[in-house]
Amino acid sequence: MSSLRPGNVGIVIVSHSPKIAEGAADMVRQMVGDAVPLAWTGGDVDGGLGTNVAGILAAIETAWSPAGVAILVDLGGAETNSEMAVEMLPEDRRARVLVCNAPVVEGAVIAATESSGGSSLAAVKRSAEEFYA
Amino acid sequence: MSLDRVARERLVRALARSVIEHADELTSLDQAIGDGDHGLNMKRGFEAVLAALPGLADKLLPEMLKAIGMTLVMKVGGASGPLVGTFFMELGKALPEQPSRADLVAATEKAIDAVKARGRSEAGQKTLLDVLVPVHAVLAGGGDAKAIATEAAQAADRTTPMQAIRGRASFLGERSIGHMDPGSRSVSLLIGAAVETLEFEVNT
Repeated sequence: MSSLRPGNVGIVIVSHSPKIAEGAADMVRQMVGDAVPLAWTGGDVDGGLGTNVAGILAAIETAWSPAGVAILVDLGGAETNSEMAVEMLPEDRRARVLVCNAPVVEGAVIAATESSGGSSLAAVKRSAEEFYA
Repeated sequence: MSLDRVARERLVRALARSVIEHADELTSLDQAIGDGDHGLNMKRGFEAVLAALPGLADKLLPEMLKAIGMTLVMKVGGASGPLVGTFFMELGKALPEQPSRADLVAATEKAIDAVKARGRSEAGQKTLLDVLVPVHAVLAGGGDAKAIATEAAQAADRTTPMQAIRGRASFLGERSIGHMDPGSRSVSLLIGAAVETLEFEVNT
């Protein structure tokens, strides 16, 4: 589910559907290989469609990078749960994790591509969000 | 208001029961304008809260509310988990161990502000805030238990003709009109259960 490449911004993919999250992660890998830390999570705590804070926290941990982590989400609950997870992080990490307002699949691929070039967290987020601009 | 251990356990059980017993109704409301998981999600969350008893009721009121909130955040999923969970957590943070009515008014206002921030929402958008905000006004205005419970039920009803601006139902645009907001219904059930239990405590 991940590989560690400290230095580049990590990418976390959060979808209500584990299949979508995993599939988006596969597409990211195809684009950028192992150049960025990557993790995905999807599904509620019982394995149904939904998102859960514990899964998101674990994914952030897996994709952690000193450069920060960009989270790509699909629908409302994924965003709300991701923001909740960010607030529950240790204080020194909180400011280095951003939830992007971008489509989950396209945003993840663009964000990872930007990250693989060594861009900052702000630049990674901006690139992903250009989809909605 | 002083809630002893027995009263705290009674409160937790009443809150949980109110949601769990209406899980099917909440789900059918959510099937109409959302993704149909609200009843199941809330039931899962409050079953986890029940599972934390009796230890949960050993905690003093503020700590108990925070623990309920954290359990809901971790177990409910959907947007409701963080929203309802945040309400309980912030209420716990703001309330003293033996709150006066004024403490309750101040603490619920803080908790409602936290829910607004979490959901980036305001009353009028067909969300749980459309129950929380008017009920808070009745509480702040000195309304008794019956007035609070009545307002909670009526406020949930008033979400029916609203058009959703936030949440999954907002995808439906005008088609969200004519259905009660499931989150509002949940919160009205919780408030009804809380008021009934607390009134029982006050009167005995």
